[in-house]
Amino acid sequence: MLQKKNPVDFAFSLITALASLTVIVLIGGIFVVLWQESSLSIRKFGVIDFLLSTDWNPVTESFGAATAIYGTAVTTLLALLMAIPAAIGIAIFVTEIAPDFLKGPIGIAIELLAAIPSIIYGMWGLFTLAPIMANYIEPALQKSIGALPGVGILFQGTPMGIDLFTASVILSIMIIPFTASIARDSFTLTPSVVKESAYAIGATKWEVVKNVVLPYSKLGVFGGVALSLGRALGETMAVAFVLGNNHQITTSLFDAAATITVTLANEFTEADTDVYLSSLFYLALVLFALSFIVLAVAKFFLLKAERRYSR
Amino acid sequence: MRAVAGIIAALIVAATFSIAQAEDILNGAGASFPAPLYQAWAYEYNKATGAKLNYQSIGSGGGVRQIAGRTVDFGASDDPMTPEELKKDRLLQFPAVIGGVVPVVNIPKVKAGELRLDAASLCRIFLGEIKHWDDPAIKALNPKLALPHTEITVVHRSDGSGTTAIFTNYLSETCPAWKAKVGEGKAVKWPVGIGGKGNEGVANYVKRTQSSIGYVEFAYAKQNKLNHAQLKNRAGSFVEPGFDSFEDAADSGDFDPKKDFHTWLNNTPGKTAWPIAGATFILLAKDKSEANRKTVRFFDWAFKNGDATAKNLTYVPLPQKLKDKVRAYWKANNLY
Repeated sequence: MLQKKNPVDFAFSLITALASLTVIVLIGGIFVVLWQESSLSIRKFGVIDFLLSTDWNPVTESFGAATAIYGTAVTTLLALLMAIPAAIGIAIFVTEIAPDFLKGPIGIAIELLAAIPSIIYGMWGLFTLAPIMANYIEPALQKSIGALPGVGILFQGTPMGIDLFTASVILSIMIIPFTASIARDSFTLTPSVVKESAYAIGATKWEVVKNVVLPYSKLGVFGGVALSLGRALGETMAVAFVLGNNHQITTSLFDAAATITVTLANEFTEADTDVYLSSLFYLALVLFALSFIVLAVAKFFLLKAERRYSR
Repeated sequence: MRAVAGIIAALIVAATFSIAQAEDILNGAGASFPAPLYQAWAYEYNKATGAKLNYQSIGSGGGVRQIAGRTVDFGASDDPMTPEELKKDRLLQFPAVIGGVVPVVNIPKVKAGELRLDAASLCRIFLGEIKHWDDPAIKALNPKLALPHTEITVVHRSDGSGTTAIFTNYLSETCPAWKAKVGEGKAVKWPVGIGGKGNEGVANYVKRTQSSIGYVEFAYAKQNKLNHAQLKNRAGSFVEPGFDSFEDAADSGDFDPKKDFHTWLNNTPGKTAWPIAGATFILLAKDKSEANRKTVRFFDWAFKNGDATAKNLTYVPLPQKLKDKVRAYWKANNLY
């Protein structure tokens, strides 16, 4: 079939096919390497024990992933909670509300946020944000929300600025551009005829955004959130500077914790025993599986929604 | 055709260049603590002899793995390997430069060097047993200081590091409770406190947090003008961290060539010795005689000409007696 075509066409399709296959080969390769390198630790700790054990003690060579998984989940969840409303707000402002001369600069500024290297977010977080959090924001939160029964448990302890909360704030700033840019692009795809007819029957700006633009671009926004989720799960350097890498499960957001990536970045270079090194690879394998599952689930819902939508 | 010939010619030139260069390039990898010094020495060595040193600062654990896998000419580690471990991988080991660890504090109205601590109180602070600065144990050591009743915040490293290895080895050696509950290593399970990334992370948190205590590499304490504490050494006197007290620690330390210099400079008996110190080590593969000769030539040159550079960068050069011992070790292993 292909040979009958123009040879340039054939070469082109071959190259693109090769490029796409490389991705699959690479993912497979990463999985195989992680599996091989962690096999020692898998044999020693098993799967369930490793996932549930909260012990991470290099001295006694006893390792478990629960604390790191907990930190990863909490920071990612909190970051998404803070970033998504802000990102959608930004997208609505840029597409619907802002005057034309503001649209360009704001759009560019948001995309530049995504271009800042994560190590710079980390240093900024350590030297600028953490003191602000420790001196002003966290004590204020403690006095207001922290006094309430029930949720107060989240805001206990001495605010140090090196904790789950600060890390989540930095993460949320880092993922805002991903959601915001994609949400903005899908908002602009709303046909102006639909919007104009809504305005024509007397809808306010708020009603148009709520009832026309948002439902129309739901899928795009979800896609942007899924991208952010992947980014937040895997972010390393920015979090490494402000999270402390303390392997503990805490109820308070004002306590130091550890995520999987932070543990890898902090401990990989100095891990000298075989079990220690293997456990770090095991941790990486857990993250690999975790992101794979989370993103696959997100994609699945996206596909389902898309099908319902197109019907 | 011309293009192909050009490419081949270019490849040949590149190949001869890399062969020519391979002869005097020395590849090393490992500990990050001495990396700035090795790089400074390499620069001067290159100017003096034309030979190059390429040092990758990948961490002590990486240094040990790389030399065990024979992928570099020498490895570097802050954590000395025991003679048995060296035998298993057929390696040689010698010290290159001394580093010291300094407890740094931030207590209102207490000036640099005013606070006096001993091993027992330091250990109990890091175990979380001493919670306030006006604890009787600290007051007894500092009868003249007005210590506040504030909660102590402990700051430690969040990443694995040779500094932590030296510090926890000191605590394990001087304090049985620490040895039983925590132990020693480049990364440990800290009972209390918050973790800062790197020396700069710890320095930053101690500087910023009132009534905190942390530990950093001597150079960091000095460069950041952190408020250090005096420590009581094994001889019973309170000492200040500095070149002299580190050198005394090195002089009174138990560097035995028969044990491939495996030792820590913690709690050495010298009268003015700073109690928390350690050497950083170079690892050689026994079977790579050509690479070993080149490495030894470099360090021999650095021992002769590099002391001033080391002191400028706040590293403590090896004392003369120890240098002689290292040279004898090289000779005994046919490298010098």
